[in-house]
Amino acid sequence: MKLLIKGGRVVDPANDIDAVMDVLIEDGIISAVQVNILDREGTVIDAAGKIVCPGFIDMHVHLREPGFEYKEDIATGTRAAAVGGFTTVCCMPNTNPVIDNAAVATFVRERAAKAGVVNVLPIGCISKAQAGHELTEMADLVAAGCVAVSDDGNPVSDASLMRNALDYAKMFELPVLSHCEERSLTKNGQMHEGYFSILYGLKGIPAAAEELMVGRDIKLAEMTDAHVHICHASTRGSMELIREAKSRGLKVTAEVTPHHLVLTDEIVGDYDADTKVNPPLRSEEHLAALLQGLLDGTVDCIATDHAPHHLESKDCEYDLAAFGISGLETAAAVVMDGLVNTGWLDLVRMVELFTIGPADVLGIDKGTLDVGTDADITILDPELTKVVNPAEFYSKGKNTPF
Amino acid sequence: MKFEHKDLLGIKQLSREELELILDTAVPMKDIIKRDIKKVPALRGKAMVTVFYENSTRTRTSFEIAGKYLSADTVNLAVSTSSVQKGESLRDTIKTIEVMGFDLMVIRHSMSGTPHYIARNTNLRVINAGDGTNEHPTQALLDMYSIREKKGRLEGLKVAIVGDILHSRVARSNIYGLSKFGCEIRVVGPSTLMPPEIEKLGVKSYFNLEQAIDGVDVINILRIQKERQQSGLFPSLDEYANLYMLSPDRLRRAKEDVLVLHPGPINRGVEISSALADGSPSLINEQVTNGVAVRMALLFLMMGGSRDEIIN
Repeated sequence: MKLLIKGGRVVDPANDIDAVMDVLIEDGIISAVQVNILDREGTVIDAAGKIVCPGFIDMHVHLREPGFEYKEDIATGTRAAAVGGFTTVCCMPNTNPVIDNAAVATFVRERAAKAGVVNVLPIGCISKAQAGHELTEMADLVAAGCVAVSDDGNPVSDASLMRNALDYAKMFELPVLSHCEERSLTKNGQMHEGYFSILYGLKGIPAAAEELMVGRDIKLAEMTDAHVHICHASTRGSMELIREAKSRGLKVTAEVTPHHLVLTDEIVGDYDADTKVNPPLRSEEHLAALLQGLLDGTVDCIATDHAPHHLESKDCEYDLAAFGISGLETAAAVVMDGLVNTGWLDLVRMVELFTIGPADVLGIDKGTLDVGTDADITILDPELTKVVNPAEFYSKGKNTPF
Repeated sequence: MKFEHKDLLGIKQLSREELELILDTAVPMKDIIKRDIKKVPALRGKAMVTVFYENSTRTRTSFEIAGKYLSADTVNLAVSTSSVQKGESLRDTIKTIEVMGFDLMVIRHSMSGTPHYIARNTNLRVINAGDGTNEHPTQALLDMYSIREKKGRLEGLKVAIVGDILHSRVARSNIYGLSKFGCEIRVVGPSTLMPPEIEKLGVKSYFNLEQAIDGVDVINILRIQKERQQSGLFPSLDEYANLYMLSPDRLRRAKEDVLVLHPGPINRGVEISSALADGSPSLINEQVTNGVAVRMALLFLMMGGSRDEIIN
């Protein structure tokens, strides 16, 4: 079966391509990327005026299955991903049971093959039961298809365990994804600590709580010569630490989320729990630093931290509400609208941050339009405008601040 | 002039003119409290409910009696014996109350922003009677009323607020209100209870009590909660008292006719000495009376009246 994508602006940062070209696909594999391909056999997609790029990769998604299917499942989560332009998602292991062994990882992959509509790459836990005490069987997790390890949402507080995790994961070239949060500083915290937390009377989450652990993990990555990846970096201090680590050639990578790039803590004032997320929405100075990080290469990729929740855990008192934003279906549009169309970020860099950026962090053969690779392709319509309507989300999580 | 807001969620949202309207309306209300026959028919046929998720002596009672003096039917939902204890969600509790036909709900909750959440989800008028560390608007109104009554004005007064500024909704509401009248506001307390960003609210912050109260017209003392010491924010109540307890002796730094306010309940010997609490500059008891008057004014304005009506 042949498919020809004709006349689009092909943006493939890994191959330094940004030109009007055609993409020919045969049996699900990219067979040619050239100017004006003549092919009369296959189906033709007219992509004139559109942007044709490698399929987007979201390396930080909570699909909630198994265990929390009332929040999201693999069928709905992967449909939300597809609608959002993502052809590959990595799912975090804080399910029930957690993905701390090969059996659960295999279950997720089998469910994804059956019910999913995009590639699903599981992330295994760092520690058994995500409890922060003993390492998981990482060789087994890798064999079962895990592409990284993380105790996301449950930061590894024991520095010694984190050291061992980095050291051990290195053998399998597994990145260790770190949710950086010094919990003793964030207890009962609801929003970014600063002027607006005073104004709204909500307990603050200081930027330093994130930066302390970013600093620790960089030091540990240095001593173990291992790869640490900083999840959802959200502060100026984190940017400075990561930038400095990279300048010294350490294996430190980082992601930022779309919401941390365009929303500030000011919007928490309505006490609408859809603005409640961890790390919290920060102040202007942090936003500016994140943007700088995107531009200068401190940040490797954009990831959504898609965290769908059911209505009851968001439609309540702010302090009681769950943390998280349902992000898959708005991510590309938010970055396009908020950063590209406003001139802050160039389109090619945006595509890089959604494609080869995360692929390189994970060391997977995705994120390019290389001939011979899977035809994971995203087509963006730069003219399309839609009003965000959570009721129309494919995701079960309607929790969006947009 | 009428009160145009559906709800009273905070002082933040009110203009100086609206604050003046409430304070002016409270003046004739205070006269009613002093009468032998205290009941006026102003809110006959109206119904209000007080819903307190946190303990309270004066605020809840004050709202209830304020409603009763105006002939509104008042009900208190005892949260500790209600279906909340069976796990009913706040939203369902509010809906249940709404469909009983009440006109207005007074809510106190330990979590900031809960009155705002409720107000979005009900047609009832909502009064915030204190939410977490956010606001306590009727306390600020009664404080402003008490000051204005004694001093004849609010404009240009120097006011010091002493204590746990970080966690105090009373401090915040007072800051928002008094700054709208051009008061010079100073806040003072230990650094662990004093967020640096507080100065962005237009106040000056101090760690030293004597400096902070130097030449002030009004001192508003906040209650210090024992839990704050237990969570490591200051070493002991004794040390707190050494540094911040207001006594007649320390008061000499303030103006001679200084007024001392405290929202209550007081911790004698911790933030205020007994001699001062019971002494002449103290407005503590007067504040409670004024609290009823201010709440009568607010209930009256929010359930349909205009100021002219009550004067007539």
